[in-house]
Amino acid sequence: MLELAIRGSKKYYGWMLFLLSIIGVGFFFYLKQLDFGLGITGMSRDVSWGFYIAQFTFLVGVAAGGVMVVLPYYLHDYKVYGRVTILGEFLAIAAVVMCLLFIVIDLGQPMRVFNVPLYPSPNSVLFWDFIVLNGYLFLNLIVGWNVLEAERNNVHYQAWVKPFIYLSIPWAISIHTVTAYLYAGLPGRGFWLTAILAPRFLSSAFASGPALLILLCLIIRKTTNFDPGREAIQTLAKTVAYAICLNVFFFLCEIFTVFYSQIPEHMDHFKYLFTGLHGHGAYVPWMWASLALMLLGIILLVNPITRKNEGVLAVACVVIFAGTWIDKGMGMISGGFVPNPLHEVTEYIPSVPELIISLAVWCVGFLVLSALYKIAVSVKEEVGT
Amino acid sequence: MDSSRRQILKFFGISTLAMSTKPLLDAFAADPAAEGAESKETFLAGPEALKARQWAMVIDTREFHSLEDVEPLIEACHSIHNVPNLPIRRHEIKWIWETEYKHAFPMKGARFMAEELEHRPFLVLCNHCENPSCCRACPTQATFKRESDGIVLMDFHRCIGCRFCMAACPYGARSFNFRDPRPFIAETNKKFPTRAKGVVEKCNFCAERLAVGRLPACVEASEGKVTFGDLYDPDSPVRERIKTNYTIRRKQSLGTEPSIYYIV
Repeated sequence: MLELAIRGSKKYYGWMLFLLSIIGVGFFFYLKQLDFGLGITGMSRDVSWGFYIAQFTFLVGVAAGGVMVVLPYYLHDYKVYGRVTILGEFLAIAAVVMCLLFIVIDLGQPMRVFNVPLYPSPNSVLFWDFIVLNGYLFLNLIVGWNVLEAERNNVHYQAWVKPFIYLSIPWAISIHTVTAYLYAGLPGRGFWLTAILAPRFLSSAFASGPALLILLCLIIRKTTNFDPGREAIQTLAKTVAYAICLNVFFFLCEIFTVFYSQIPEHMDHFKYLFTGLHGHGAYVPWMWASLALMLLGIILLVNPITRKNEGVLAVACVVIFAGTWIDKGMGMISGGFVPNPLHEVTEYIPSVPELIISLAVWCVGFLVLSALYKIAVSVKEEVGT
Repeated sequence: MDSSRRQILKFFGISTLAMSTKPLLDAFAADPAAEGAESKETFLAGPEALKARQWAMVIDTREFHSLEDVEPLIEACHSIHNVPNLPIRRHEIKWIWETEYKHAFPMKGARFMAEELEHRPFLVLCNHCENPSCCRACPTQATFKRESDGIVLMDFHRCIGCRFCMAACPYGARSFNFRDPRPFIAETNKKFPTRAKGVVEKCNFCAERLAVGRLPACVEASEGKVTFGDLYDPDSPVRERIKTNYTIRRKQSLGTEPSIYYIV
């Protein structure tokens, strides 16, 4: 089936070349980072994780979001999702590829990354993250590829694939749970030290992942002869609606505990993000924008009139994706480091090279996604579903 | 697929699996008693080496009044350990430094404290915790608690620079080499390694000096204001100071059991 990815229209080639050119620029800056060190980023002794790890965290969510189509289709035999399941699996693959890249580019000594499997440390959450992310990548490759190939050959997929499908469902939950545990078990980081972190991560994942999937479905319908189907899109929209409600609810649960208890070590991070602390407040407008976007998303998606209008639905999905991205891809990481353990405020602003490298990783993801979707859509067009 | 190709693929599949699971199994099946003697104690302690179950430090902050009082200690440490002096604060590396009471002990201050106490320089460094969260976080055991004397050490050659330990440390004790530190070392001490860019570093309780029977550099430079010894030896100087003075530790409530005690 791979040949389908390299046979395409001029538009397809143009798009891929466009992505490759940005990747090229990003790669140049990454070489600079390799040469100079992570000092070319905005990270510091106090804010020792930044944009890269934040993107990683957000994208683990997008990857886990794929399970929102896999579960109803395979576990509940929800036939409507027959057309979009492969899109969800392939989105997960592209997202995990980005996650792994973001981890590697964040390492100070990337050539030593294989020290992780070489000196396995079961007490480190990062060790488990390494396992669950790679495992999820392989599960989705195995399942997606085999099911699509079977569809192309007009046969049912082979029986041995079934256990992998079932395994991929709890595995999707695990990748984002483990990612939350990276943060939620650290003493002295009051912002993350909360049991609601993993549920918050999952709810935002199940909003952002399917929201992106809806947008991708709409784009596919516009640009190809394959229609993922209105009903599938509408059902996905309901998933997004409930997930974003839960995400805001979990956030408010956290806000209640933190502010009713009045414990400064937990409050100060929220104060920094939402009102500014000791005169530092670079993230204040962003955080309020994130909250406003998520609330707007709820209004647009819970209301059936707006949800059923696909134009409005597209806007709502963009709004929710942006809102959850700011929340996790910007505030979640730097918010946990400010103030620092000595209660000093060092702000973190990503540097331009850092942003360009991050953009390039996103482009790698979209390159992988475009190639995989090209294959999937070509197969779907071939078999004429 | 013909059968020979399938067999070759099978062979590679199984051998890859075997290679990747072996260290994993080792980790779970490790028998500390069996390997303890040979594989863990690769450094031979010299005849003069100072030994302890858990090294600890008592800092008598009453004896430190101004920056001039703390600077010799910081200088002693940073010069022998090749700690660079980087121009940009973001890239800063420090093993031991001074800060105010409210930063050393956030949330522990009284209101309207004596001005002298409020501005007294407090030395802060790695706490060599008995239950270190950094070692728990490290995915490669590049940072580890040495069983023989409780020092939390770094293997600069194994560290992958993921900085999980920096997030895990509740004391901000760790620094990261955001760039090559070597051009910024005033005078290189050839007896101690310099670091490469991309690895984490921190205070090592002068493990290299203890191995040859010398006290840590900061202790030596403090002229008695800082006491060092075995926490589990009832006759050690640190036990004497802890017994006769009221001491506090940084963020005791987190359960990390820091080994630096402060007399305030």
